[in-house]
Amino acid sequence: MKRSLFARLWPNITAVVLFIGFVFPVYWMFATAFKPTGDIISETPVWFPTDVTFEHFRTATGVENFWTLVRNSLVVTVLAVVFSLIIALVTSFTLVRMRFKGRRGFVVGFMLAQMAPWEVMVIAIYMIVRDASMLNSLVPLTAFYMMMILPFTILTLRGFVAAVPKELEEAAMVDGCSRLTAFRRVVLPLLAPGLMSTSMFGFITAWNEFPLVLVLNKEAEAQTLPLWLSSFQTVFGDDWGATMAASSLFAIPILILFVFLQRKAVSGLTAGAVKG
Amino acid sequence: MTVQTERPPSGPADVRKADDTGPGRPTPRAASRAGALAPYLLLLPACAATVLLLGWPLLKDLLLSFQNLNMAQLIQHVTEWNGVDNYKEVLTGEDFWRVTLRSILFTAANVVLIMVLGTLTGLLLARLGKRMRLTLLIGLVLAWAMPVVAATTVYQWLFAQRFGVVNWVLDKLGWHSMADYSWTSSQMSTFFVVTLLIVWMSIPFVAINLYAATTTIPKELYEAASLDGAGAWRSFTTVTVPFLRPFLYATTFLEIIWVFKAFVQVFTFNGGGPDRLTEILPVYAYVEGVGNQHYGMGAAIAVLTILILLGLTAYYLRIVLKQEEDEL
Repeated sequence: MKRSLFARLWPNITAVVLFIGFVFPVYWMFATAFKPTGDIISETPVWFPTDVTFEHFRTATGVENFWTLVRNSLVVTVLAVVFSLIIALVTSFTLVRMRFKGRRGFVVGFMLAQMAPWEVMVIAIYMIVRDASMLNSLVPLTAFYMMMILPFTILTLRGFVAAVPKELEEAAMVDGCSRLTAFRRVVLPLLAPGLMSTSMFGFITAWNEFPLVLVLNKEAEAQTLPLWLSSFQTVFGDDWGATMAASSLFAIPILILFVFLQRKAVSGLTAGAVKG
Repeated sequence: MTVQTERPPSGPADVRKADDTGPGRPTPRAASRAGALAPYLLLLPACAATVLLLGWPLLKDLLLSFQNLNMAQLIQHVTEWNGVDNYKEVLTGEDFWRVTLRSILFTAANVVLIMVLGTLTGLLLARLGKRMRLTLLIGLVLAWAMPVVAATTVYQWLFAQRFGVVNWVLDKLGWHSMADYSWTSSQMSTFFVVTLLIVWMSIPFVAINLYAATTTIPKELYEAASLDGAGAWRSFTTVTVPFLRPFLYATTFLEIIWVFKAFVQVFTFNGGGPDRLTEILPVYAYVEGVGNQHYGMGAAIAVLTILILLGLTAYYLRIVLKQEEDEL
């Protein structure tokens, strides 16, 4: 009897320990961001903030150029996602619905492109962008972010397009729709959830990108939020309250998106990443 | 062409007839040729983007790696070819091999931890009751969703020398020498924190996907196994493991590739320090190339890194493609 109680309990105990382990860093980020400085630099940690302050958020957003960086991040990310979505929609539709020579080769090519080692290509990209006199501009950044997320978007959308029955489209065409109208009126609405979740993952990738913007855009006005965040600790020294407020501000949009998308995340990511 | 030559010099009826079959309207053969071209035209934007924004940088990287390109040449915009000098210098130097070995060990340690702990967590998810499972899932998703740069900053704070919560806990647990320990001061302690960070961020992907995969195992298989007298362990090794093997295989390779190029975590946590002792290959290429402004040299290191990654990727794609031959 005692043994079976133990057998029933240990998975739950392990789960609680794991839960704390995974959540604590996230919790500590928010807790520190809202704690008064006195509670942050205390000899014994204050586990649960009792006095809530927004002072650190004021410090973080009061940094010079903060709103320019927010705008830069949003512009670059949104444009990259929109462009890649448009191209990927056409491409995935072609790959799924048309039969032609070399189709398999294209799919494998995009799979290969999905694994591109962007982290080590920064030197070459720097030279290309410099030779085009486009350093400290948002244009090359948008273009390369678009390319970073394009293969994933194509491969994931491929699964969603394949899930729309071909007969629906054909029925619309029998009813007198042109191929384009059938696509717009019938296929596109059915693809909406797939487009949503795919674009969210593209958004997350572009929003987080760090190595390329680090190399390309040295001017303060042309930077994006990841750079601001990584330099925060250096600039602010040991102001951990402000640093954690900055981290929170940066993470909140992504955390919200991700938690809402969790269910899609599993199917979408396995379709895109693991199963290609 | 033929229509025009056959057309008589005048006569309205003939003109109309000629218009009907004129060049404005394609013959069936031309139409089918255009139809055959259509898929390639539709693929053009994606292929053009890939060639321009991915192919060109790769080619450029290769070209740069054969050039003597430092600060002086960069400012004067001159191209000095120096053949395979960069490769000779990189491959005969001690640094490259030390960093490569370090990268391999670092990747191996991380991937083993990620796969073992991730698999165990995934199996645990399958065993839990509904409410407990949802709780753990929420925790995993939160860790998974944390942006890399933000997560690194949080780990810097957790492991801060003064007022860091980890040092406080270690001190309270009786390890008093850790009370003021600086985690960024040595190679091993830096790698310890970076590894913890990467493992923490990567387990959710493995665990959640593995749990999702276990839910697709048909219950009948377990029933059949227990009818045959298999215990819990035996049905695990004869049903669960074979079913998950392809998944585990593919995920392991994916993790190897991801960890091998884990630039952001290593770079933002300690900049490859102390004394460049925690540089892995992508960080090494960046510090040599951009940091020390030996661009040609950095490009050569990048090319070698890309070759390693290409080998890994090719192997990974072979696994994945074999699994879904029919789906393509």
